[in-house]
Amino acid sequence: MPGPVEYSIWLVCTVLEVAVVVCAAKSRSFRRYILLNVYMGLSFLVSVGRYQVLSRAGMESLEYSYFYYYSDLLLTIALYFALLNLYSLVFDEMKVERYLRLGAILLLGGTAWFSYGVINQSSQKILLSHFVYELSQNLYFVGLVLTYALWGAVLKLRETRARLIQLVLALGVYFSAFAANYALQNLYPNITVLHYVTPLLGCILPAAWAYSFLRVSEDQRLAPSRLAEVPR
Amino acid sequence: MMAAFIFVVSVVIFLQFFVFYCRSLIAVSSKQALSPEVQDVTGIQRTASGEDFNRVMQLLHLCPERPEDRNGIQSIGAYFHLLNFLHSTVARLVPSIKAWTESERGHCTYFAAIALERRISFSRDMLAQQMDA
Repeated sequence: MPGPVEYSIWLVCTVLEVAVVVCAAKSRSFRRYILLNVYMGLSFLVSVGRYQVLSRAGMESLEYSYFYYYSDLLLTIALYFALLNLYSLVFDEMKVERYLRLGAILLLGGTAWFSYGVINQSSQKILLSHFVYELSQNLYFVGLVLTYALWGAVLKLRETRARLIQLVLALGVYFSAFAANYALQNLYPNITVLHYVTPLLGCILPAAWAYSFLRVSEDQRLAPSRLAEVPR
Repeated sequence: MMAAFIFVVSVVIFLQFFVFYCRSLIAVSSKQALSPEVQDVTGIQRTASGEDFNRVMQLLHLCPERPEDRNGIQSIGAYFHLLNFLHSTVARLVPSIKAWTESERGHCTYFAAIALERRISFSRDMLAQQMDA
């Protein structure tokens, strides 16, 4: 069972998820960033659900494992669509929303098909739980690549909306920190500190998004090229 | 081998995003002006120096904390330590990096001063509300 440290991190993370939705609603940006808010709302519900299942069935139970991995996939797909929301905001003047939606669905389908292929090759029996885990991992990787591409687009298109830039950068920090953490866990599976790091990393995104909604107004502008300036 | 490669690539991407994110926080705060009394308290008149960062942070910790500010302040604190590391290593060899880290450290101090300003006005508002009640 998780100890007081894990429970505290869990609680902070859950409160921050609610804070994002509240701050977005307060700054009248709820509809504009609807998919980001849906993702945060869903994260809150999943957190509450996981706590319920954990306290009823226990950490080692099959029920909790199933709930954890299936809800994780649901959240990853929701985050994928939140990223799509940011894409459509960056490209909104180009009127390419239809193509973006089509591209996102094709990419999601392609990732699911690739994950199925990996599971199919590695074992004779296809287990849905293995597929769910594989798809979740692969979507995280796709998310990291897409966020990097979006940051490239922000620089290229000279996007100046400070809040949008911060939301994209926070997502980039979150995805890359998770990727580094997963890789480190694969390299050193016995380091116990890493078990605390994973839930802590989960707080990065809601904390950064809540800050952006609260502190940065929709009208504030900044030059993204200045952020990427390097000394020569 | 593959995990090591992914680790290195993701750390590089993480650092890149982290630095850009911190600079975006600083860029937003740099457009706000400091009130004369915060200028007096911090000693920052026009440009802030990296040497004052720890002092401003100490003043910041004396004020009641605001949970929504915590993330930004912690990020900038981590960015300041990263800059300090660069300042004491690579910057000794490359003069342009030395000038850049100096200026970035100053921006971090200014960000902390703006956060101090917000906390002071928040405390004042709370006090005023209590007086009214």
